[in-house]
Amino acid sequence: MTRYLVHRIGQNLLLLWIVSLISFAVLHLAPGGPLAQFALVPGLTQADLARIAHEMGLDRPLPVQYWEWFSRVLRGDWGRSYRDSQPVLSVIGSHLFATFELMITSTLVAVILGSWIGVIGAIRRYSVFDYLATVGAMIALSIPTFWFGLVVIYLFSVTLGWLPAGNLYTIGNGSFFDYLHHLIAPAMVLGLVTVAIWSRYMRASMLEVINQDFVRTARAKGLSERRVLFGHAVRNALLPMITIAGLQLPTLLSGALVAETVFTWPGMGRLFLDSIGYRDYPMVMGILMFSAVLVLLGNLLADLGYALADPRIRLT
Amino acid sequence: MSDLAAALPAAREKPRRSRALRRFLRHRLAILGAIVIAVLVLGTAFGPHLIPYDDLHIDIRHRFQAPFLGPHILGSDQLGRDLLARLLMAGRVSLTVGFSAMALSTVFGTLIGATAGYYGGWLGTVLMRFVDAVLCFPTIFLLLALAAFVQPSVLSITLVVAATAWMEVARVVEGQVRALRDRDFALAAQVLGASDTWIVFRELLPNAIAPIVVAATLNVARAILLESYVSFLGYGIQPPVPSWGNMLENAQEYLSTAPWLAIFPGLAITLAVTSFNFLGDGLRDALDPRLDIA
Repeated sequence: MTRYLVHRIGQNLLLLWIVSLISFAVLHLAPGGPLAQFALVPGLTQADLARIAHEMGLDRPLPVQYWEWFSRVLRGDWGRSYRDSQPVLSVIGSHLFATFELMITSTLVAVILGSWIGVIGAIRRYSVFDYLATVGAMIALSIPTFWFGLVVIYLFSVTLGWLPAGNLYTIGNGSFFDYLHHLIAPAMVLGLVTVAIWSRYMRASMLEVINQDFVRTARAKGLSERRVLFGHAVRNALLPMITIAGLQLPTLLSGALVAETVFTWPGMGRLFLDSIGYRDYPMVMGILMFSAVLVLLGNLLADLGYALADPRIRLT
Repeated sequence: MSDLAAALPAAREKPRRSRALRRFLRHRLAILGAIVIAVLVLGTAFGPHLIPYDDLHIDIRHRFQAPFLGPHILGSDQLGRDLLARLLMAGRVSLTVGFSAMALSTVFGTLIGATAGYYGGWLGTVLMRFVDAVLCFPTIFLLLALAAFVQPSVLSITLVVAATAWMEVARVVEGQVRALRDRDFALAAQVLGASDTWIVFRELLPNAIAPIVVAATLNVARAILLESYVSFLGYGIQPPVPSWGNMLENAQEYLSTAPWLAIFPGLAITLAVTSFNFLGDGLRDALDPRLDIA
């Protein structure tokens, strides 16, 4: 187990290093760097621009710049935002809560609603319900998330006036219910995707389990169908879903970014978009690296969690 | 005996007829998808010539005309431009980006995957680690980082979308080629003196075509979605060239007064993406019966 962990973490660090190279290349090989922002300011001469570039370290060769960034990150310093000189990590940290709030809520919705749809679909395989759930999930995954967000805003905010059209909370209120009230619409939008995915995998997992010997044994023991399904089958069908939950993290992050842009949600996705617009290199690098770390962590936890939950799995 | 039969899972006896039904229904959905795609392609190609309005024609007297309530069938926008005409022209762009990005990402993914799978060794390891690393980025993050830093045009957006969609193809092809490379027919070709290129393209890839076709079909759906999103955020296709995505960006402003401007482009995207997804799913069923994912 320890050897496995060391090996896995080593592998992930290597991947992160490649990720940092790709991110750096994407940012720096493109024309119109951060200096383009300053070039727009009236009254700045070429000499001023050159001085700013020198202060920002942008006039040095790219490998040198990369090495400076890399060695600082190794020491735990992710740099400072060009925009407000705040440390990158603390800015990311201050936006994390909003994103996690969204991700966790929609995952919870998926676990409850998606599992239910998947289980019923598997038990009543090929029924009308199953058929509708299959087609529905396919359509749900085809709807552009941002457009669905606009539809939700139009229906529930503009027309019905039930839900706020954006933001984390009402300024000056900030009560628990206020937070909850603001959370409903974006969580619904992100939940559409997570529920669809979760229900598909849950159905497949449940179908695997339902024909296994231990389920037949449970039936043979004379347990009620309810006990057989929910006591034995569903519990075991949920096990592989730990892996799915971990592997879906990139999709969830992408979806959160999309939902955040539509609902002006002050999370990491919003921050990423603003930083890109401002050519805030340290911030963009930081967020790209941070999301890659999250994705790899999700993969690792998925495997570890599965091994913990299912003693038959040996990690080597 | 009857007790035992009753105790067995209920799903055992019944499915024979309904499975056939389900297969039929599923394939019917795939066929429906193919028909819709054909209609969309033909409609966007010839439709603009068949309707009385030009997509750039400004009609100030009929600004914000609601659908079905005036000369413009699907309504008009803030400049009085015909929404149907714009949808069709935008469809040309969105579908072109979708198909081209699919073609590019499939070719690139196939080349990377085939090279890694065929040669293996350190080259294969390096290539596949690169694939793994790109997969560490949440798609939308990578897409936006790339899109924001290029000069937006139909070509550059196609390249950017393709750059975020080739990895799955590479993984599939690598696995297939690695598995096929040591089969007898491949060894026979080698013994006969065939070049590596010949073996890969003439012997191995034709045997791996099924999963590639499925992945490519699903990639069109993805490419259309991704294009619409970057265009929606203003980093994609730039007006006056219309795309379904940038029509939505424009519509956001008039959401409360002219919701049809947002509804129709979104429906068009959903229709196109759903069709490709149904088609891809049906193809997977038809081409590889062992895989029963859904």
